[in-house]
Amino acid sequence: MGNQPDIEQLKKIASQVRRDIVRMVHACQSGHPGGSLGCTEFFVALYFYLMEKNDGFDMDGKNEDLFFLSNGHISPVWYSVLARSGYFEVSELATFRKLDSRLQGHPATEEGLPGIRVASGSLGQGLSVAIGAAQTKKLNGDSSFVYTLMGDGEQQEGQVWEAAMYAAHNKVDNLIAAIDYNGQQIDGPVDEVNSLLNLKTKWESFGWHVMECNGNDMAQLIHTLENAKSEAKKNKPIMILMETEMGHGVDFMAGTHKWHGIAPNDEQLESALGQLEETLGDY
Amino acid sequence: MNTKLTFTEKKDTRSGFGAGLLEAAQKNDNVVGLCADLTGSLKMGDFKNAFPERFFQVGIAEANMMGLAAGMTVGGKIPFTGTFANFSTGRVYDQIRQSIAYSGKNVKICASHAGLTLGEDGATHQILEDIGMMKMLPHMSVIVPCDYNQTKLATMAIADHEGPVYLRFGRPKWPIFTDPNAEFVIGKADKLIEGADVTIIATGHMVWKAVEAEAILAEKGISAEVINMHTIKPLDAQAIIDSVKKTGCVVTAEEHQYNGGLGESVSRVLAQNVPSPQEFVAVNDSFGESGTPDQLLDKYGLSAESIVDAAQKAIQRKS
Repeated sequence: MGNQPDIEQLKKIASQVRRDIVRMVHACQSGHPGGSLGCTEFFVALYFYLMEKNDGFDMDGKNEDLFFLSNGHISPVWYSVLARSGYFEVSELATFRKLDSRLQGHPATEEGLPGIRVASGSLGQGLSVAIGAAQTKKLNGDSSFVYTLMGDGEQQEGQVWEAAMYAAHNKVDNLIAAIDYNGQQIDGPVDEVNSLLNLKTKWESFGWHVMECNGNDMAQLIHTLENAKSEAKKNKPIMILMETEMGHGVDFMAGTHKWHGIAPNDEQLESALGQLEETLGDY
Repeated sequence: MNTKLTFTEKKDTRSGFGAGLLEAAQKNDNVVGLCADLTGSLKMGDFKNAFPERFFQVGIAEANMMGLAAGMTVGGKIPFTGTFANFSTGRVYDQIRQSIAYSGKNVKICASHAGLTLGEDGATHQILEDIGMMKMLPHMSVIVPCDYNQTKLATMAIADHEGPVYLRFGRPKWPIFTDPNAEFVIGKADKLIEGADVTIIATGHMVWKAVEAEAILAEKGISAEVINMHTIKPLDAQAIIDSVKKTGCVVTAEEHQYNGGLGESVSRVLAQNVPSPQEFVAVNDSFGESGTPDQLLDKYGLSAESIVDAAQKAIQRKS
C-alpha cells in the first residue's frame, strides 16, 4: 500500500473480512465471532496499510514489522486477514477448526500456518512475547516495529502487568500495543465481572504512552496508528486503548457479550451476510 | 570404566551452569540470558558482566520471563532463563506449555535449587515434581546433569541443540567426578561402572550416591552396574535394555517424587521390552522440609544405603 491510505478501499476489505468471519464460524459451528468482528478494522489497518512486511513468511521476521495476537480466540479475523493479504490461499479458510487443518481453533505454529509466530489462547501471554521480540529487534539493530493486541477482559491476568512494568522499565519503545476495549467478556460486561476502573490511568501509571481511539472508525484508527508510529522510539512503549463494539457490523451480534463464542445458525448467517457487502469474492 | 571413581573437589552444579553459560555466550553471539532476581544464586554474574547488553534482568516476574524468552527467539536469539526450579516450572507451567513448548521455541529453561538438597529453605522451594511436569510436555527435552563438570558441558550442549530444553541442577557443593573434557551427548546415557548383578540408573545428585552404593555393594560381593541417566527425555532406552538384559533387575535413583520421575520412564521401557524387577529410590509422595542436604537425603530415603537396600531387594526378586 502507498503512503496515503485509501479509507474506502480499506473499508471494502473489512466488509469482506467480516463475511469471512461469520462464514468460517458458521461452517464449523464454533469459534468467536464477537471479538473478531469488533477488531476487523484493526487487522485490516495493520496488514493492508500500516505494517512493513517482507515477501513470504519466515519465523525470524527480520527487518519487517511483526504482529502478535494475545487474545487468540479471535483467530477468525486474523486468519481471514492473513489469507486476504497473501500468506496462504483464501480457500483454506474453509478448513477453520476442522480436523487436519492449519487453522486451529486458537492460533498455533505447530501446523506451520504462515503468519503465526507463537501460539495464543491461554490469555495474558502475548504482551510478554511481543516485548521479547521487540528486544531481539533492538539487539539485531532492526528498526522495524512490533505490534500486539490484547483483550480488555484479558487485563485481569496478572502477567499483563508484569509485562507492562518490564516494558516501561526497559524502554521498549519499538512496541505498539493495543487493547480491544469493548467492555465485554464471556460472563458479561467487564465492569460487572471484575472492573478495570480507569484503564488509561493504569497504563499511564505503569509508564506507557497511552492513546485512545474508536477502533471501528477506519479513518480515526489509521490516524491513531500513524500517530503511534511517530510517537514510538521515544523511550516509552505505546498503548492504544481502542474502543470497539463487540460484533460490530452485524446488527444482532453488536454490543453484547452473547456472541463472544457462539456460531450463527443458517438463518442468522443469511441475515449477517445481507448486512455485509461481498467486495473481494467469498472463499 | 571400572577405574575407581573418586573426587578431590566439591562444587555446586549451578556454578557449572554459570561457567557453561559464559562459554556458550562466548562461542555464540545469539545466546542471551534472562534472570528473575536471582543472578547470584544462578551464578549468572560472569555472563552478565561479560555481556551486559545480552543480559535481561526481569525482576520477580517469572511468567513474564517465559513469555519474553519465547518472543526473543523470533529473530534468532537463544534465550537461557534462570531462576529456581520451582519458579521455572510449576509457577509458569502454562506459559511454558503454550508460548514455548507448543510454539516450538528454542528456549533453555535453566533451573537451580531443585530437589531436597536445596536444604534449609524447606518444602516451598524444594520442588520434587518438576521432572514429571516437564517430561510430559511435547517437544521438551529434560536434562539433569550430575556434577559441576557435566552441568557446564550440558549447558554448552543445549545452546547448540535446536528446541526447548529443561536443564535441572542444584544448590549444594557436590563431588566432581566426571571428565571435564568429555563429550556431552543429549539423550545418550553414560555407563560409569560395569556390573553384572543389578543395574543402578541414577540422575543428578543421586549419581554420586549410586557410585557410593556400588562400592558398598562390591564389599558385599554384589556387582552393580551404574548408569548416569543425565537425559530423562529423550530417554536412552537402548542403554537400559542392554544393561538390564545382562543384570536382570534395576534400581532407579532420583531426587524427585517417584510419581512422574525417571523411575517411571525407565519402567515403561522395561515393561515394553524387558520386564524386570525394579526398585525405586525416590521421594514417596510427600513434601520435603527444612534441614541440611545430607539430613534430608537420609530422612527421605535417598542415601547410598537406601540404594544398597533397594539393590538387594531387586536382586532377591529376580526369579
